[in-house]
Amino acid sequence: MSEEVKHKFNTKMVPFPSQAIVPERDLHKLPVLDVRNLGIDFGGLTAVDGFNITIGPTEISGLIGPNGAGKTTIFNLLTSVYQPTRGSILLNGIDTKGMTTHKVNKLGIARTFQNIRLFTDMTALDNVKVGMHNGIKCSFASSVLRLPSHFKAEKQANEKAMELLDFMGLTEVADQKAGSLPYGVQRRLEIVRALATSPSIILLDEPAAGMNPSETTELMHQIRRIRDTFHIAVFLIEHDMNLVMNVCEAIAVVNYGRIIAKGTPDDIRQNPAVIEAYLGREEGNP
Amino acid sequence: MKTTKLTKYIRRYFPYVLVTAAFLICQSLISTGTMPRTTKSLLIPVCVYIVMAVSLNLTVGISGELSLGHAGFMAIGAFTGIVVAEYTGSVFSAPEWVQLLLAIVAGGVLAGIMGTLIGIPVLRLHGDYLAIVTLAFGEIIRNVLNCIYISLDGKKLHFAFNNMNIDGKLLFRGPTGATGVTRIATFTAGFLLVLVTLFVVLNLIHSRSGRAIMAIRDNRIAAESVGIDVTEYRMMAFVTSAVLAGMGGALFGLNYSTLAPSNFSFNASILILVYVVLGGIGNITGSIIAATVLYVLPEELRRFSDYRMLVYAVVLIAVMLVTNSTSVRGFFDRFRDKEQKQRKDGPENKTGKEGAHHE
Amino acid sequence: MTAFLSNLINGISLGSVYAIIALGYTMVYGIAKMLNFAHGDVIMVGAYICFCCLFDLGLHPALGVLASMVVCTLLGILIERLAYKPLRQATSLSVLITAIGMSYFLQNLAQLIWGANPKSFQTVIPAGSVNLMNGQLKISYVSIVTIAASLVVMAALSTFVSRTKMGKAMRCVSEDKGAAQLMGVNVNMTISVTFAIGSALAAVAGVLMCSAYPTLKPTTGSMPGIKAFTAAVFGGIGSIPGAMLGGILLGIIEILGRAYVSSELGDAFVFAVLILVLLIKPTGLLGKAVREKV
Repeated sequence: MSEEVKHKFNTKMVPFPSQAIVPERDLHKLPVLDVRNLGIDFGGLTAVDGFNITIGPTEISGLIGPNGAGKTTIFNLLTSVYQPTRGSILLNGIDTKGMTTHKVNKLGIARTFQNIRLFTDMTALDNVKVGMHNGIKCSFASSVLRLPSHFKAEKQANEKAMELLDFMGLTEVADQKAGSLPYGVQRRLEIVRALATSPSIILLDEPAAGMNPSETTELMHQIRRIRDTFHIAVFLIEHDMNLVMNVCEAIAVVNYGRIIAKGTPDDIRQNPAVIEAYLGREEGNP
Repeated sequence: MKTTKLTKYIRRYFPYVLVTAAFLICQSLISTGTMPRTTKSLLIPVCVYIVMAVSLNLTVGISGELSLGHAGFMAIGAFTGIVVAEYTGSVFSAPEWVQLLLAIVAGGVLAGIMGTLIGIPVLRLHGDYLAIVTLAFGEIIRNVLNCIYISLDGKKLHFAFNNMNIDGKLLFRGPTGATGVTRIATFTAGFLLVLVTLFVVLNLIHSRSGRAIMAIRDNRIAAESVGIDVTEYRMMAFVTSAVLAGMGGALFGLNYSTLAPSNFSFNASILILVYVVLGGIGNITGSIIAATVLYVLPEELRRFSDYRMLVYAVVLIAVMLVTNSTSVRGFFDRFRDKEQKQRKDGPENKTGKEGAHHE
Repeated sequence: MTAFLSNLINGISLGSVYAIIALGYTMVYGIAKMLNFAHGDVIMVGAYICFCCLFDLGLHPALGVLASMVVCTLLGILIERLAYKPLRQATSLSVLITAIGMSYFLQNLAQLIWGANPKSFQTVIPAGSVNLMNGQLKISYVSIVTIAASLVVMAALSTFVSRTKMGKAMRCVSEDKGAAQLMGVNVNMTISVTFAIGSALAAVAGVLMCSAYPTLKPTTGSMPGIKAFTAAVFGGIGSIPGAMLGGILLGIIEILGRAYVSSELGDAFVFAVLILVLLIKPTGLLGKAVREKV
């Protein structure tokens, strides 16, 4: 990472009209994600309620909270795996209401999964090429008839996929079956696959889960490098506080499906509501 | 790296080589007159069943949807083919190969249209529910065919439902099916159709669309999350499979002088499914071999007369037990584990180094 | 009106047979997660055994039914032990093909033993009918016995599954095999019992069906098998009340379809209704929708 890039992204967080804070550099740009009053009920159970967040186009932000707080449900809502009961999601200014998962991906949101979901029988390279699906222009007919456009598209796809694999240090495993890769490598491959869809925001669901400390440190650098290289926003769920506090510029804390605190890592560290949610209340205190 | 690429190429083009070699051997046996008549009569059906198995493998193996109604598409292709061949033959007095070509194309097109119509509702379902609905459609197709009467009156085709009193020469009469069909199917046409099928299926698998189809099979939610339209690609596999089955059916229909809808019952669909599963799910070469062996085997077992289907059933169960039973597998895995360990050692060390390098 | 009532009763009677067969399908599916395509052929074996007892041995009909139930029970356990148990860990398609192989095997074995020519099955139920509404509406004894028998079977099975220890074990295994095993449920035993019950029911269905439609040949079981499978899916596969409901509805639809829509397209009508139902309720009438966890 060059000094210039580092400088470019080192700006302070400032308030944004929608009660959120975004980096100063993103202040005059359209937020990549603008979520208002989002909520979903499963039967009678309210899993998420009144969720608001605004994410700037080059912001790294985090979503933390105790187990079962509704973090992954929020990701599922953002990617249209579930349709929200209430509220709206604006992705690059477009309301995603009623859209299918693949449509919102085309609009610019990509994700990884808490329980890794790779195409296990395919090679790592093919996994990335599947991610580039909408970036490759090649019809059914030209593939089946092996027209020149097929070979051209495949060549370009191969090159770009190898570039992306190289970016996350996965060149060596390109030809291996995704299912046979070690856990940490699979997590990184999932990130590459998500990046291959050329998103404007990438959602990482516990990217460091199951990684050892050195892999986690490496991942921290890589997350910043993703933002710096592709100029995209990163929104991540993580239980590793070291990673969250170091990487994220803004953090939202949820508990029981509601936001209990929002702010910079320093704000969150000192927030009494957060401490209470994580450690419980002391006996006798009001 | 180079050797892996070479093996990849060999594996990729092996089906073509296998089929062509088999064709040339059969042709030379025919020309020297050493092939028995009974075996010769099996050649065209074998080609058809290879087409059926490979196309069903596209649905079951590549797309991962269990279809139990493949014979329905075959039936549509067969009877469309018979009518088209008869029509072009008597109205335009087209040469036989043109009749055959038009019949196959028409069979494919009509089966494709049916595939699309059926696919729209069917592909909203998953797993066993999808399987039962394909079964239901297969049965509906057969049932409806039982009620259709088609006749040729001069230059006009007449269609009737449940009414055999129509003018002209009856081409197709409900449950009796088609009789007095001119047998214009040839082994060469069968071979070419197999090549076309392999070309379409293999090229589809090794392409952007094929990757999308397999991605949906492996993990539907992940495939959606990277922007793949699940319905579009499941449909693509299903309809392509139907078109190929229709083409195979047309060739099949023109190989017999009489053919009834009951030839395309649920059992026929199951027969093709057996080829696909025994050949290996998603394995195209396997489908070719299984279709050939399993079609020829019962025919050659005819000398056991009554026992032949019993033997067939026992062989089927035995093969499934041997290839899938945990105890038998454990025995083979002991060898495979060693092999895999050796292969795995290399790359894993390399990833380790890679990680160290970055730190 | 009387014609409609008579059709309706015939439909319920046919549907009762479907329901009994569908129960076997659905129980095995719920517990072993497999489509037992040989189930239809167990029906045929049951009918042949009963036929032999009555004609070759000249036994009392009740003994014939009992004998066919015993033989089918043993057959069901044997099939499960030999063909399906080794494949517990295999893919569902492999198990399906094995079941199809088993179906071929039973059909061809029956053909070897009893020949391919259809036998005319003399009913175990006395001929005759109850006349209602001044003789306008005739209900045959066969229909009455069939409906009554299926009601008894359903009531007994419901009680068994909900009240007994083995029934509880079955429900556990069908929900989570691994957890049931950890709680000390003998999974293999439970699966065997399920097959035994399913096969005994198939024997009953075989006798009832052949009493109503008295031609018996080696392929007798396949079409009712497919229909009953359809009925099980119709009601929501894996659900016992679903199989009962699905079976009876399917029988009614089939008979009414044949009577009022088209006699040739009766089967097509049944399958079309199935497709319609699945499009509206993708997991069947009483099936539970499972939300995939992301």
